[in-house]
Amino acid sequence: MSTEAQAVTSLRRRGANRIGRRILKHWEYYLLVLVPMAYIVIFKYVPMVGAQIAFRDFNVIEGMWGSPWVGLREFVRFFESPSFWRLIENTFSISLTRLLLGFPAPIILALALNEISQRSFKRSVQMVTYAPHFISTVVMASMIILFLNPRLGLFGVLMRAAGVQPVNYLAVASHFKFVYALSDIWQHAGYGAIIYMAALASINPELYEAARIDGASRLQKIIHVDIPGIMPVMVILLILEFGEIMEVGFEKIYLLQNPVNISASEIIQTYVYKIGIINASFSFASAVGLFNSVINFILLVAVNAFARRISNNSLW
Amino acid sequence: MVGTVEQAGRALPRRRMRIRESRVDRVFLTMIVIFLTLVLISVIYPLIFIVSASFSSTSAVISGRVWLLPVEPSLLGYQAVFEHRSVLIGYANSAVYTFFGTIINVVLTVCIAFPLSRSDFFGRNFLMMTLVFTMLFSGGLIPLYLVVLKLGLMNTRWAMLLPEALVVWFVIIARTYFQTSIPDELAEAASIDGCRDTYFVWAVVLPLSKPIVAVLTLMYAVAHWNRYFHALMFLSSERLYPLQIVLRNILILNQTQEMAVEVSEELMRQGLADLMKFSLIVVASAPVLALYPFVQRYFIKGIMIGSLKG
Repeated sequence: MSTEAQAVTSLRRRGANRIGRRILKHWEYYLLVLVPMAYIVIFKYVPMVGAQIAFRDFNVIEGMWGSPWVGLREFVRFFESPSFWRLIENTFSISLTRLLLGFPAPIILALALNEISQRSFKRSVQMVTYAPHFISTVVMASMIILFLNPRLGLFGVLMRAAGVQPVNYLAVASHFKFVYALSDIWQHAGYGAIIYMAALASINPELYEAARIDGASRLQKIIHVDIPGIMPVMVILLILEFGEIMEVGFEKIYLLQNPVNISASEIIQTYVYKIGIINASFSFASAVGLFNSVINFILLVAVNAFARRISNNSLW
Repeated sequence: MVGTVEQAGRALPRRRMRIRESRVDRVFLTMIVIFLTLVLISVIYPLIFIVSASFSSTSAVISGRVWLLPVEPSLLGYQAVFEHRSVLIGYANSAVYTFFGTIINVVLTVCIAFPLSRSDFFGRNFLMMTLVFTMLFSGGLIPLYLVVLKLGLMNTRWAMLLPEALVVWFVIIARTYFQTSIPDELAEAASIDGCRDTYFVWAVVLPLSKPIVAVLTLMYAVAHWNRYFHALMFLSSERLYPLQIVLRNILILNQTQEMAVEVSEELMRQGLADLMKFSLIVVASAPVLALYPFVQRYFIKGIMIGSLKG
């Protein structure tokens, strides 16, 4: 007994020594990570702790740590405010529309490209479809606004050519989510397809061989070999997309908002910006923002757990 | 190809099935080609339309006569763009933010990604978790705003550089690259020869990691060039505005510089303002899209490395 305990302590001491030596040996690594970690702490963790002003009545004089504590007052104010349900509804309907239409798009594109054996055609489709990814949000938003402008936009030109009276879809509140989702597909589907192309390229060729011998058609091959082969990547990306549900490209949505569509386009994040920074009501906006982050985090953890349960693929 | 399959089919009745299937396959493949061609057109057409409109005349643009090629070619739109002082200032500012921001980004990313890629770096799992958690949870806009305010960065150029000094996702990509391309034995051998770790990073790791440095540089640079929201939150004086904010003011908020105030020229001015938007879009996107054909393979590489570890 006692010898065993001694052995354990001596092992532990030796372990501690070894750790000490490891730290000393590579002390310069700690020097290297110092500045990056300082950045992470100051710009990521301090704001996380700073989010506690959501529970305070923030004023500039007493600051982040001295302002009086008010508990859940700001949260209750948000839950009871008339815009609460509208914000929730808009946030979810825009992001779910985007997810439903936008998630399959790069997969379909990658599967289709994978069937093409002619390299030049394949490459030109790839090159062209992922170029829009590099267009900035501001330019993208102004392209949408210009195109949907019935007077001089592309849609106006095309619709007049088809003999239809042009409609400005940005001025129809119920269409906002589709304008957002479809333009997102236009911009990002090609880029999103790259990762699926990589996954498809790494499928074991023997599986295709076997499918061919079994007389599988192209479509059957897609269903029974391609899709199962990229399933792990699909699950991971789906989880990541769920992790962004509450953060839906609010930078783009903010730019596309106009007085006519605002009833359908105001989401939690744009509301936080307007209330917090434009109106300087910091505590209330922090409460709304914190609510958003927490819901988002819970969603991510839940979807991850669900995915692990049913498919053995998960982020952690 | 088709001939041989059909001949084989005639010889062996059992093969008939295969012929029918391959016909189905041919139809299917044709449908795919048509689908992809449509995709190609629908992506490229809006881009062509913008470029064509930007080189057309004012009247052609406002009467909606442009549909594919420039109508009544002119450079009027571009002239108007470059007469805008704020566009030039924005261009210069964006260049500065992109240049210095990217340097800071790449240096910090390498500094943290390399130690994190070493298995004998004590505490790396803890640091990694610290980093990854920031991807899952954030304090929100307002606390970040208050931190920037508190640090005295508000309305300074630093506000465009420091709050985005590092992107955790890119750290993960760089770390994966170092893990797979710089073996621990190499670092070990160097340290036995008395090479210090920092010198090792400078003299051995960096020269061996040109591809990842290129990937990081490009990804960060594009992100800087395209970023607008930080400027919207943190900057208030026009002389600091990056191009994207100038674009927003002109393209989305319709704040065009006062030119002529005569009522008779009002219509002409409106037309020119519309034409100018197309030219401005081209001018603003040109730097990124001009480089794009040459650098796209680096982006693909970045995604591939990133996908190695989910």
